[in-house]
Amino acid sequence: MTRDAMTAPPSIKKAATGKRQVRMDPEVMADALANDTRQPNGEFVPRLVARFHTMSGSVGGQVLTFMLTIAAALVASVPLIWLAGSDFWLTTTAFFGGALGSGPAIAETLVQMIPLLIAGLAVAVAFHASLFNIGVEGQLLFGGLVAGVVGASLDIPPALLMIVCLLAGMIGGALFALIPALLKAYRGAHEVVTTIMMNFVAVAVAEFAVAPTGPFVAADQPSATDRVPEGAQLPIIWEGTRLHAGLLVALAAVAIATWVLYRTPAGFRLRLMGANQNAARASGISIERQTIIALLASGALGGLAGAVQVLGLYGRFYAGFSPGYGFDAIAVALLGALSPIGVVAASFFFAVLHAGSVPLQAIAGISREFVGVVSGLVVAFVAAQPAVMRLVSNMRQKVVDDTLPNDPPEPQYMSEIATSPEEPS
Amino acid sequence: MKTRASRPDTAPVAIQLTGVSKHFGPVKANRSIDLSVRQGSIHGLLGENGAGKSTLMKILFGMMRPDAGRIEIGGEDVTLRSVADALAHGIGMVQQHFSLIGKLTVAENLILGRANSGFAARWLQKLDLESAGRRAEELSERLGFGIDPFARCDTLSVGARQKVEILKALWGGATTLVLDEPTAALSPPDAEELYALLKTLQQDGTTIVLISHKLPEIMRLCDRVTVLRDGAVVGEAEIPRAYNAPAEKQALEAQLVRLMIGRNRPEVPSRSSHIWPTVLSVRNLSDGERFGPIDLDVCGGEILAVVGVEGNGQGQLIELLMGLKKAASGSITLEEANITRKTTLQRFQCGMAHIPEDRHGLAVADRMSVIDNASIAFVDGAPFAPTPFWLSRQKRARFAAGVIRRYRVRAASVEAPVTSLSGGNQQKLVVGRELARAPRLMIAAQPTRGLDIGSAAAVHEALIGLRDRGGAVLLLSLDLTEVFSIADRIVVFRQGRIVGETSTADADLDRIGSWMSGIDEETQK
Ligand SMILES: Nc1ncnc2c1ncn2[C@@H]1O[C@H](COP(=O)(O)OP(=O)(O)OP(=O)(O)O)[C@@H](O)[C@H]1O
Ligand SMILES: [Mg+2]
Repeated sequence: MTRDAMTAPPSIKKAATGKRQVRMDPEVMADALANDTRQPNGEFVPRLVARFHTMSGSVGGQVLTFMLTIAAALVASVPLIWLAGSDFWLTTTAFFGGALGSGPAIAETLVQMIPLLIAGLAVAVAFHASLFNIGVEGQLLFGGLVAGVVGASLDIPPALLMIVCLLAGMIGGALFALIPALLKAYRGAHEVVTTIMMNFVAVAVAEFAVAPTGPFVAADQPSATDRVPEGAQLPIIWEGTRLHAGLLVALAAVAIATWVLYRTPAGFRLRLMGANQNAARASGISIERQTIIALLASGALGGLAGAVQVLGLYGRFYAGFSPGYGFDAIAVALLGALSPIGVVAASFFFAVLHAGSVPLQAIAGISREFVGVVSGLVVAFVAAQPAVMRLVSNMRQKVVDDTLPNDPPEPQYMSEIATSPEEPS
Repeated sequence: MKTRASRPDTAPVAIQLTGVSKHFGPVKANRSIDLSVRQGSIHGLLGENGAGKSTLMKILFGMMRPDAGRIEIGGEDVTLRSVADALAHGIGMVQQHFSLIGKLTVAENLILGRANSGFAARWLQKLDLESAGRRAEELSERLGFGIDPFARCDTLSVGARQKVEILKALWGGATTLVLDEPTAALSPPDAEELYALLKTLQQDGTTIVLISHKLPEIMRLCDRVTVLRDGAVVGEAEIPRAYNAPAEKQALEAQLVRLMIGRNRPEVPSRSSHIWPTVLSVRNLSDGERFGPIDLDVCGGEILAVVGVEGNGQGQLIELLMGLKKAASGSITLEEANITRKTTLQRFQCGMAHIPEDRHGLAVADRMSVIDNASIAFVDGAPFAPTPFWLSRQKRARFAAGVIRRYRVRAASVEAPVTSLSGGNQQKLVVGRELARAPRLMIAAQPTRGLDIGSAAAVHEALIGLRDRGGAVLLLSLDLTEVFSIADRIVVFRQGRIVGETSTADADLDRIGSWMSGIDEETQK
């Protein structure tokens, strides 16, 4: 063996200590990181078109799936309307008129959409890491409680207090997800079980906190905390309605979640772990750490949903302020196919359902619980999506069969291989 | 018995495909393919990676529907709407990658989706696992497999899993068996068993379609071969059972290679004999169970092959070296840095790279795009992320495109999910992205699994290039031909220990064989 110190490759002893080491084949790196000279700026539009073209396949498919699912759920609920003894047209006009018929109605729908959107994002983020966080309801309650308590007891400038309250809500939600996260990461306890149990804890804690003898109960109102100062509440953004700045918070959360998931190393790690945990581990991702991060992020979003509700709508924490947003959020996330934009659309749909349910009861005489039926149907149809998509693609196949002329057969440069000289006769 | 003895070339046609075409968007995977397979013959299907072999067979197995073309089975026009249709027509298929459910037992996997009882019975009756287990045992005995039907599939070795796949394909009494690269993951003795099995099945009258990149096995088993390129048939040949001269066989082989890859079989490149200081040094390493303790050194400029019967510690060695498993004792030193306690990520940053053996399990994420799968090599995002808050998509796309260009991966677009790539092309993507780490130590486990002759040569060339630039390569391969053609030194593992070591130049196949099987020690006693 010839030892040759001169030509020996440089030692990389120190590499292990550096935090963000770039270790990459220099040629490949130059290739990948060079400024894009092959495509001059003038070609920006064609590039954009091409980009859209490659995307549209999947985006179009997703929109179609979304629409089909909703349509199927609505169609399936028609017989139920009939069973409830109501007239179809009356029901439809009452429902859509109530949800979208006027400015104030739309505003009310958007108000309903805010908690569903943020909580749906919370569920979706966990799903991206292949974690099923059913505990969003609990995180939302606890986050709301923390935000309400902080808002009622901290004495700082109102604008600052608002931000502190939102952050406190997020931290509260994250803390509430911490126990399931630790159990999952280090003990393998399934997060579905632990987060469900934490929901019960959350309800109990919330009720205790504002019970008649509880530590945070308001003097003037049972089962609630003291009011958050007016200035620290989320301002109304549509005069004359209840629509508050929580909508902007929610949309900001969508933008941030999209960016983090698809445009940061952390989001990439999260999605990789969700797509193939073993591959993620083999490529150097710590599954434990990633599990904790994903569940904490999900919990923080859940807590934010609660805080926004408390700061925007009620101005104080009520023990029973959530009619089950955290559970509807699961349907929202699934209907939205886990994509943040999809979650926006799905939460809007569910908000329409909720907002329309009030006039539905008043005018058409159909119980509000009907909304629960429809959302159950949506979940069922989401579960049936693979089968439906298969059906659709089979139908498409047929169309292709009929319309596309056969590929002109390629010239076959068929070579006669003279192989078996002794043809068995 | 009837068919093979009476020449399969006059036997009736079992399967006739006419004008089968299939595209995926712009990719024409199959272009008007005609294929006829005679009853009771073994028909080989050859072609480069991405030639369309798997697609064609998936069409025959009812997993995909052709855009155009006719399928006749036993002279009868059929429309295959689903796998169940194909099974009903007596077609069984072993997929290119495993389709077993790890958490279920062998018997459970075998009866999955094969209920032949009525609708009511299916819901009301208890699942008869016992009789299924008995049947599995019988079948496995008859084929000489020796598989425990009640073992959980994820506890089985790769070879055993492959056998279960074959059992599964034969379970419904298939008369036509399609095997998609069945020996890619098998060790030579296991492959031998499979060959014998195929011959037995053929004698029983089963028609077999065999997809393979291994020419020797094609030459040995098949009666006839069809070569695909770019989705079209480019040639067919009868393989004679007897040759007038050995040169004739070689000429035929060479011709097949030319048809497949459009050029002659590439030569293994020559290499420098320069040796650099030690890169990897393992001392007294053990996992506290059945592995080790072992000592191992790999120098820069050296390809060290680890061979042994499957399941004799090679897997543990990789897990310990990559930090996927904690070492109970001993030390691992990479270029004077002690990495025994380092995380997997830190090991990568220290200059390791890893081509995993189990591609779908450890190397790719099926649902993610080609871009994402290429950037798995850089999970910390470092080269593409100026800050932790921004991962440049454009740079990642350019990187993926670069890997695709360098290693001739056939991909329609970098945005497509990685499952839209053919098996061999996925492997090329993995090899390419791992080489892009500029590793000092490359751990390559079955790096050429599923690659065509041309691509395998390109990978060998890349590994030798790495070695010539002073890197170290730890090669784990079941393919002794590969080991002999590129490795410099061979160590043999048995029962978690190193039992023999030799340089390739004066390696003796018999001696290696006796080390692997342990006959050596027994005679010494
Ligand atoms: N689901 C799919 N979507 C899009 N393209 C696909 C899909 N499946 C296969 N292809 C494309 O069709 C072509 C043929 O693929 P196929 O899997 O049949 O190749 P193959 O001959 O089996 O190759 P290999 O030897 O690597 O397994 C490839 O270019 C591949 O990218
Ligand atoms: Mg294939």
